[in-house]
Amino acid sequence: MTTAAPPLEVAEASHPDYLRAESGVRSWLNTRDHKRIALMFLVAVNLSLLLGGLFALLLRVELLTPERTVMSASAYNRAFTLHGVVMVFMFMIPAIPTVFGNFLLPLMLGAKDVAFPRLNLASFYVYLLGSGLTLWSMIAGGADMGWTFYAPYSTTSPAAVAPVGLGVFVLGLSSIMTGLNFIVTVHTLRARGLSWHKLPLFVWGIYATSIIQVLATPVLGMSLLLVAVDRLFQLGIFDPTLGGDPVLFQHLFWFYSHPAVYIMILPAMGIISEVVCTFAHRPPASYRAIAYSSLGIAFVGFLTWGHHMFVAGMSVLDSGLFGVLSMFVAIFSAIKVLTWTATLRRGSICFDTPMLYFFWFLFLFIFGGMTGVAVATSSLDVHWHDTYFVVAHFHFIMVGGTLTAYLAGLHYWFPKLFGRCYSERWGMLSSITVFTGFFFTFMPQFLLGNAGMPRRYYSYPEQYAWLNVLSTGGASILAVGLLSTAACLAVALARGPRTSRNPWCSRSYEWLSASPPPPHNFLTQPDFERSPYDYHLPETIGVAAADAAAPAGQPAPSPGE
Amino acid sequence: MQGQVGRLLEEPRRDARHVSRGSLEPAEHFETLAQQERATHLGMWLFLTSEVLLFGALFGLYTGYRLEYREAFSQAVHHNNIAIGTINTAVLVTSSFSAAWAVHSARRGSRRGILVSLGVTLLLGLGFLALKAIEYLEHFAAGIYPGALYRSEELPGHGANLFFTLYFFLTGLHALHVVGGLTALAILALLAARGRHTPERHTSLELGVLYWHLVDVIWIFVWPLMYLQK
Repeated sequence: MTTAAPPLEVAEASHPDYLRAESGVRSWLNTRDHKRIALMFLVAVNLSLLLGGLFALLLRVELLTPERTVMSASAYNRAFTLHGVVMVFMFMIPAIPTVFGNFLLPLMLGAKDVAFPRLNLASFYVYLLGSGLTLWSMIAGGADMGWTFYAPYSTTSPAAVAPVGLGVFVLGLSSIMTGLNFIVTVHTLRARGLSWHKLPLFVWGIYATSIIQVLATPVLGMSLLLVAVDRLFQLGIFDPTLGGDPVLFQHLFWFYSHPAVYIMILPAMGIISEVVCTFAHRPPASYRAIAYSSLGIAFVGFLTWGHHMFVAGMSVLDSGLFGVLSMFVAIFSAIKVLTWTATLRRGSICFDTPMLYFFWFLFLFIFGGMTGVAVATSSLDVHWHDTYFVVAHFHFIMVGGTLTAYLAGLHYWFPKLFGRCYSERWGMLSSITVFTGFFFTFMPQFLLGNAGMPRRYYSYPEQYAWLNVLSTGGASILAVGLLSTAACLAVALARGPRTSRNPWCSRSYEWLSASPPPPHNFLTQPDFERSPYDYHLPETIGVAAADAAAPAGQPAPSPGE
Repeated sequence: MQGQVGRLLEEPRRDARHVSRGSLEPAEHFETLAQQERATHLGMWLFLTSEVLLFGALFGLYTGYRLEYREAFSQAVHHNNIAIGTINTAVLVTSSFSAAWAVHSARRGSRRGILVSLGVTLLLGLGFLALKAIEYLEHFAAGIYPGALYRSEELPGHGANLFFTLYFFLTGLHALHVVGGLTALAILALLAARGRHTPERHTSLELGVLYWHLVDVIWIFVWPLMYLQK
């Protein structure tokens, strides 16, 4: 990392950054600043990750031996349900949009804030409320229907399903609020001269995600509300004894929850697009290919929900159609993967921690994606359905993809968020540990699933033992890696050396403001006429103007005004 | 330009509430009022879109079950009181007109016009709810309740039971939206009494009326599904 340019230090002294502009608990809890809201979300989603991770470890400990190890079958059901619910609805869906989307979107658009700052703060409290409801069910006896809430089990199970359903409904509200806010922000708050085709690719990813959030989340909300109300008042809408059809629930559920997978992966792809350009010091091999394939995935994602239901009673024609439509997602994803890879060509690549995570992402995404095409083939899916093969598949692509991108973003933008540098060596070692752990957790599960081990069972025949031991070992390494990452960043937060404004020499817009940025993001409006990927130009262009203008609070003359 | 920057740095944060009180200054993070209005309108339209999808899930469910229980659904529809359903449709469409008239009055700067139009809208909305309540009571008298409580002897069977469960859920959710819309319009009427809706600036009134139109539009889809069938 390079040292700070002196003028900026002067500027920082006279204009405190957003972290120091105000102090006291109330200045945080009542803030409208998108950056502070992003940090509050950062704390909340990381706690969710920790909680979901603890449940995962409990599961892996239980599966260490073929018969009962530490918990009963019903405790196991509750543990995997809460692992799934917490990870999906409280970590993976909100994580990247609420943390990095909130923090970076206005910076990348040259705006002072998101369009509706109060709505933004409200979405945080709604998130807390939804999480609270969900966690309350844990104290009230736990829920045991799995994160998919399949009826009629979910409407008849004696466990506390209703609070989880309501909790996820409320979390959905928070998600809609965030998505709505981001769409409006992108449409109305772009700086002068910033056209759609100059938006940083992360913005495209977040924009596509937001569309899915606004369009799909209400349907999930309604399905879960029906399940919850069904339990409270015995509606019987999905209950076969009252004439209801459980398969209809699955249709409604997956109409949201399949696009939800893209809510998780599209922002991750946005981060990856930014990281690869910055660390290869190259513009993307094709800007439009990456931008439009995000929209393509968002669109096709709405037409693929049936591939979750190949064995739930569906005609062969429907299965075939859903299978083929699902494979379209692979085409768009392949476009992205090939474009990222082509971006590396003839680049001057820096192997820093975020770049390492880029490679982990690429591996997990390609491997998970290929197995995705395999399970979209309906004849093969009959064999793999509800086995560990599917568990391994979606952990590779959905969890692996999102988690590695989230960690890449956390390291890449750490200097932006906090103005400090983390230890590169420690970060890299943690990163390698995370990937090793992840690989050994889930690779054996592909083999287990293919050998026929069903998911959601707390015991298994002897012949699956060694692969399960391997998987549990991998999970322990993964836990160590994540804790080590947390420690690395915590130490950096407390004692890391101060960073310069643009430590990675990126050309993207968010680095044009100070690191960390002042409360209103830019002391002077930077030049948004140039591209955020103009690596072919000398480094000083644009940057020099920002630095030179900053100290006296004087604006650089910009053609727009 | 320098003055702008200075203002940006020195001025304390203005409360966003200040803006809705008929002020012609945009909120701090917007450059112009037009930009802010564009943003709030777009936000409202997106919110309405998500509302449509919320109801869309129920319409989807209705479609699924109607295909499964054709006969029972058709009989159950006939049991519903077509007169009340149709009158209620007329009531809501009229209320949409009077709500739109409130916006028209705001553009002309007629405070009295806004108050009268919103008053009419509120009365029509309450009338809708009253008719709906009468209908519910009729159903209860005939033993028609949602879910497991259903014990109609005239229309036995799972199909009719499911129809009425969906009927209560859909119209009940719609009625909740009516209550929400009426609350919003009542608040807007109070603001109108204080002269907050000026010809230059009446965004909140426009948005409230837009929401009321959505409540109307949803009913226009509920009406044929629940009352009109051969």
